[in-house]
Amino acid sequence: MNQAIRIRESWGDRLLLTFVYAALGFITIAVAYPIIYIISSSFSSSAAVMGGKVWFLPVDPTLYGYAAVFKYHQIWTGYLNSIIYTGAGSTLSVALTIMMAYPISRKTFAGRNIFVWLLLFAMLFSGGLIPYYLVVRNLHLLGTVWAMILPGALSIYSVIVAKSFFQSSIPNDLYEAAQIDGCSDAGFLVKVVLALSKPVIAVLFLWSAVGNWNSYFNALIFLNDAGMYPLQLVLREILVNNNVDTNSMTLSAEQLKHFEDMRTLLKYSIIVISSIPVLILYPFIQKYFVQGVMVGAIKE
Amino acid sequence: MVKPGTATLKRRVLRHWQLYLIVLLPTIFLLTFNYVPMLGVQIAFKEFSPVKGIWGSPWVGGKQFNMFFTSPFFWPVIRNTLILSVYALLIGTPSAIFLALALNEVPSRRFKKVVQMTTYAPYFISMVVLVGILNIVLSPSTGIYGQFAHLLGMNQIYDILGQEKAFSSLYAWSGVWQETGYGAVIYLASLANINPELHEASKIDGASRLQRIIYIDLPSIRPTIIILLILSVGGLLSVGFEKVFLLQNTLNLNASEVISTYVYKIGLVNTNFSFAVAVGLFNSVVGFVLVFATNLLARKYSDASLF
Repeated sequence: MNQAIRIRESWGDRLLLTFVYAALGFITIAVAYPIIYIISSSFSSSAAVMGGKVWFLPVDPTLYGYAAVFKYHQIWTGYLNSIIYTGAGSTLSVALTIMMAYPISRKTFAGRNIFVWLLLFAMLFSGGLIPYYLVVRNLHLLGTVWAMILPGALSIYSVIVAKSFFQSSIPNDLYEAAQIDGCSDAGFLVKVVLALSKPVIAVLFLWSAVGNWNSYFNALIFLNDAGMYPLQLVLREILVNNNVDTNSMTLSAEQLKHFEDMRTLLKYSIIVISSIPVLILYPFIQKYFVQGVMVGAIKE
Repeated sequence: MVKPGTATLKRRVLRHWQLYLIVLLPTIFLLTFNYVPMLGVQIAFKEFSPVKGIWGSPWVGGKQFNMFFTSPFFWPVIRNTLILSVYALLIGTPSAIFLALALNEVPSRRFKKVVQMTTYAPYFISMVVLVGILNIVLSPSTGIYGQFAHLLGMNQIYDILGQEKAFSSLYAWSGVWQETGYGAVIYLASLANINPELHEASKIDGASRLQRIIYIDLPSIRPTIIILLILSVGGLLSVGFEKVFLLQNTLNLNASEVISTYVYKIGLVNTNFSFAVAVGLFNSVVGFVLVFATNLLARKYSDASLF
């Protein structure tokens, strides 16, 4: 079949295909180049970076940028905080999503429409920033770890994705069979639904984890103690506000000689270091996110 | 079929009591963090005093709204918000569609995968890091922009990040860089659902690749395009706070102050809660109306709608 198509390929079609390849090649380079530039700069010497000598590959390779990151305490505190907030927040988020999505995916659940409408309305309309802030304040969560975990834990979008997954891939017959065998609603959720939904649970977890890891807004408005800041707020200080707190680096005499190198390159290496967790997960994320988007696209 | 009277309803509820127990916890979260804030919206019509609280503060009617509508910030803030979101939408949607259509034409699976892996990656970069990258790459002295400008011997090298005029382009095109790959995934998914027989038949009839894109691919993804457009129109006024806030500086403030950053400053920095809630409420209501209006239009003039 392929052969037949290729024979019929006209001059215009081949031209179009050439254009498509050229355009995609250009797009790929345009997307990748800034990233390659940052990575290469992070391994170069500060003189090469400041002199504009880095174009593609590292120039005068050094590791001072990374040494600076390792000496910068706030980054590590931030890293640890982010891991805690992301781990706890995403676990809770997935649990809440399933607990909401499973009942409303069941036709026998009287009142499911009320819940669906509550979810949809909340998706389209919100009280806005200040009332949200006041709720968190009135619950005395400000400045605590809980402010980083609880307020954003329920993701309506995730609930809708999980609900359509449960509806489309857990057959009703299965439920009826389990019921005849004396399986309760909760038992069916734990023993059957969870076992059959591993991919979707992975999607929801990764989704939530990437979101938590990358967000800074809740931390900006809910936290005031710098020691509790997640990584993104520490990065904001360094990358956006240009405040490199050199006092927090404890340097040996040998390292002091390369102080300027470290100061300049810190910005480049911190971008690389902070992206590593997401980078490690990227192959999984890519695989599962596409599936997740597909599941979300299935309409009732 | 038994008519669902009260007796059967009661039986149904009792029989599935476990489901209600399960749904209880997430419902508490939904009510606390989504619906209780909606009650707090009333302070837009009050003069909020921290001592008296949300319920005890005195009513002042539409005073806060009047203040906002007559404020010198009203039009600039609305204008900036609309410019940024419309600009981003107008170049973002076609880019994603273009990428999806192009990827769909590529016969080599390997090439397709490399392009997808690369273009998809920036979506996972955080806003802070994205703005950090922009700061570095667009630096007039050392970044890629500065280096190329020197190489090409350009006379004037601008500080793009401090330019009022460049702000909307900076916002929109950095969005294209970050989100096109992600946006294309959804369109690719609906392109994959097209019945291959359509393409086969048109090939036999002598349709060229371009004709097949225009007459088969595009109409097939039209419902997806429309649904995503409706959703984006609802969000037109809630332009992404996270990026604008980070890109904002004193030099570009005239072009970069949008509703959400304005609410943040008035409310949380200056603690003028009532005024900030009024501005926020205006934002939410307009967004809500926009979604319904677009949906109505879409339902009337096309084959797709959200609800």
